[in-house]
Amino acid sequence: MERPLTENIRPGEPPLGLREYVERGGYEGLRLALQRTPLEIQREVTESGLRGRGGAGFPTGQKWSFVPMGPDARRPKYLVVNGDEMEPGTMKDRLLLEGDPHALIESTIIASYAIEADAAYIFLRWEYSTAAERLKAALAEAYDAGYVGRAIMGSGYSLEVHLHRSAGRYMCGEESGLLNALEGKRAIPRSKPPFPQAVGLWGQPTVVQNVETICNLRHIIRHGAEWFKGLSLTGEGGTKLYGASGKVRHPGVWELPLGTPLGELLHDHAGGMLPGHRFRGLLPGGASTAFMTPDHLDVAMDFTAPQRVGTRLGTGTMIVLDDRTCPVGLMHNLLRFFARESCGYCTPCREGLPWVARTLAAIEAGDGRESDLDILDHHVRMIRAGHTFCPLAPGAMAPLESALVHFRQDFEQHIRMGACPWR
Amino acid sequence: MLSDTERQEIEREIVHYPRARAAVAEALMVVQRHRGWVSDEAVRDVAALLEMTPDEVEGIATFYSMVFRQPVGRHIIHLCDSVSCWIMGQETLLEHLQRKLGIGFGETTADRRFTLIPAGCLGACDLAPVMRVDDDLYGHLTPAKLDEILERYP
Ligand SMILES: Cc1cc2nc3c(=O)[nH]c(=O)nc-3n(C[C@H](O)[C@H](O)[C@H](O)COP(=O)(O)O)c2cc1C
Ligand code: SF4
Ligand code: FES
Repeated sequence: MERPLTENIRPGEPPLGLREYVERGGYEGLRLALQRTPLEIQREVTESGLRGRGGAGFPTGQKWSFVPMGPDARRPKYLVVNGDEMEPGTMKDRLLLEGDPHALIESTIIASYAIEADAAYIFLRWEYSTAAERLKAALAEAYDAGYVGRAIMGSGYSLEVHLHRSAGRYMCGEESGLLNALEGKRAIPRSKPPFPQAVGLWGQPTVVQNVETICNLRHIIRHGAEWFKGLSLTGEGGTKLYGASGKVRHPGVWELPLGTPLGELLHDHAGGMLPGHRFRGLLPGGASTAFMTPDHLDVAMDFTAPQRVGTRLGTGTMIVLDDRTCPVGLMHNLLRFFARESCGYCTPCREGLPWVARTLAAIEAGDGRESDLDILDHHVRMIRAGHTFCPLAPGAMAPLESALVHFRQDFEQHIRMGACPWR
Repeated sequence: MLSDTERQEIEREIVHYPRARAAVAEALMVVQRHRGWVSDEAVRDVAALLEMTPDEVEGIATFYSMVFRQPVGRHIIHLCDSVSCWIMGQETLLEHLQRKLGIGFGETTADRRFTLIPAGCLGACDLAPVMRVDDDLYGHLTPAKLDEILERYP
C-alpha cells in the first residue's frame, strides 16, 4: 500500500534535512512543475479529484479556477497554508508539519506557482512550537538552496514563503477569519461573496488551503492524476490521514486509502475498544461532525458516503464514545468549547451556544427539566447554516442534533433520575 | 519602552508583510517572551511601533488566548480540556492539580511558580490526556506522572 504523505515520517525522530529529503526524491515535484505552465498544473490537480482535507472537502482545482490568471491579473496574489488545526479530536496536520516540513514547503511552492502567487504564508497555531522550529529550519535550507526566493531553480518564477505564528483562537482556522488574523485583526469572519480567490488577503486574490491538502500536490505532479485517483478505494482520489482517539486500544493517526470503511478503521487500525468498553458511537471527523453508530461500520469514509448517513468526513480523525462515558457530559464538553471559541459577532452563536452549554451542564449535574430537551431541540433547529455568519455555530449543532437522536434515552434518564448515571 | 532586542525581533517580523500591523500578534508574543506578560505600557509601545492605536492593539491582545494581559507564574501549565482528553480522564487531572497547587484555571500559585490555564485541543488526542508546560508537550498523563513532570519546573 502506498503512503506518499507519510513516506518520510519516522515517528519519534527528527524530520529529514534538505540533503536526505532531496536524495529521496524531494523537490523533484517542484522541478517538474516548473517545466509546465501554471494552468497545466491546475488541470492536473482538477483531474486528480483532490478535495480539501481541512473539513469542507471543496475540490481544490475548482477553487483555484476562480483565481484571476495571466498578465492582466491583479497582483500581488497570495497562497495561505492553513495550519491552525484546533478542531477538537484532530491531530493529523501536526504529524505532517513536524514530520516532513520540506514536503510541506515543496508542495506550498507548487500550489503558489499554480495560481501565480507572489508570496505564501504558512499560518501556524502558536502551540505548534515544535512544528514552528522545524519549519523555520527547513525554510532557511530551502532559501539557501534556491528552492524559494528569486528565480526558483533557475526558472522565471519567484516566491517568498513566510511562517506566521498566530496567537491562539479556533476561529483563526476558518478561512476568512484566518485572513483577518493574518492582517493583524481579530479573527472574525468576512462575508462571502466576495470569495478570497477574488478579494482575499489585503484585498488581493488569495487561496487558503489545508496542510494535508497541500502535501498531496508534489505527489500528484510527480505521478499524475490517474495514479492519484487509483490510491483511493472509491475513486475520489488519494490517501487520507485517518485517526482515532478515545477508549480504543490503539489511538493514533494512519495514512490509508481514501474510502477505507469505518469498521476497518475502528477494528483493524484503532484495534477496537479497550477491554471492558463497548462501542456506542463516534464523531468521524472532529467535533463538528454528526455521530455515526454501530449501524454505520460499512460506510466508506470518503467525501460522499458519510453524507448519505447524515454526517461528514470532516477532518477524518474520529472521536470514539464508549459505554462507560456519559454522552451528555461529552456534549457539554463540546459545547463549552464552541461557546468559548465563539468570536461573538452574531447573536445566535454568541448567546445561543452558552445557553445550550448551560442547559447541558444542568442536565449533566442532575438539575435538568423535561423542558430542557425542548430548549436543546429548539436551538438545533434555529442555529443552522444561513442563520449565522460563519459555520462555527452550525458545526457545533451537528454533534448535538445527532446525540439528541441516538442518545435521547440517556438525556431523559439524567432528567428522570436527577443525576448522572455514570457518576 | 521596548528594549532594543524586542524592537529588533519585532522588526524582523514586520518585513514579512506589506503592512506593519500584520505583525501585531507576533509583536505581542515577542514582548511576552521577554517579560512573561503584556502590560498596558507594552500595549502602547507596540501600538506606536506598528502605527496602530493602543485600543486596536488591546482588541488583539484580549482576543487571542495566548496573550497574557496580567502577570503570570514562571511556568504556564496548559491543560487540554477538549473532548478526547475529557474522555480519557482530564477532570481527574484537573482535580489533582487544583488540590496539589491550590489554584484553579486562570490562577497563579502564591510562590508564582505556576499558572494554570485551560487549552483547546492540543492536536495530540491520541496521547490523551495531555498538557503543555511552557513549550513542552506531555501525554498519557496520570496524577503520579503529573507530579513527577512538575518537579522539572522549579
Ligand atoms: C470554525 C472553523 C475552524 C476551522 N479550522 C480549520 C483549521 O484549523 N484548519 C483547516 O485547514 N481548516 C479549517 N477550517 C476550514 C477552513 O475554513 C477552510 O475550509 C479550509 O482551510 C480550506 O482548505 P481545504 O480546501 O484545503 O480543506 C475551519 C472552519 C471553521 C468554520
Ligand atoms: S457563528 Fe457568528 S459569532 Fe459564531 S464564530 Fe461564526 S461569526 Fe462568530
Ligand atoms: S482533545 Fe486534548 S489534545 Fe485533542
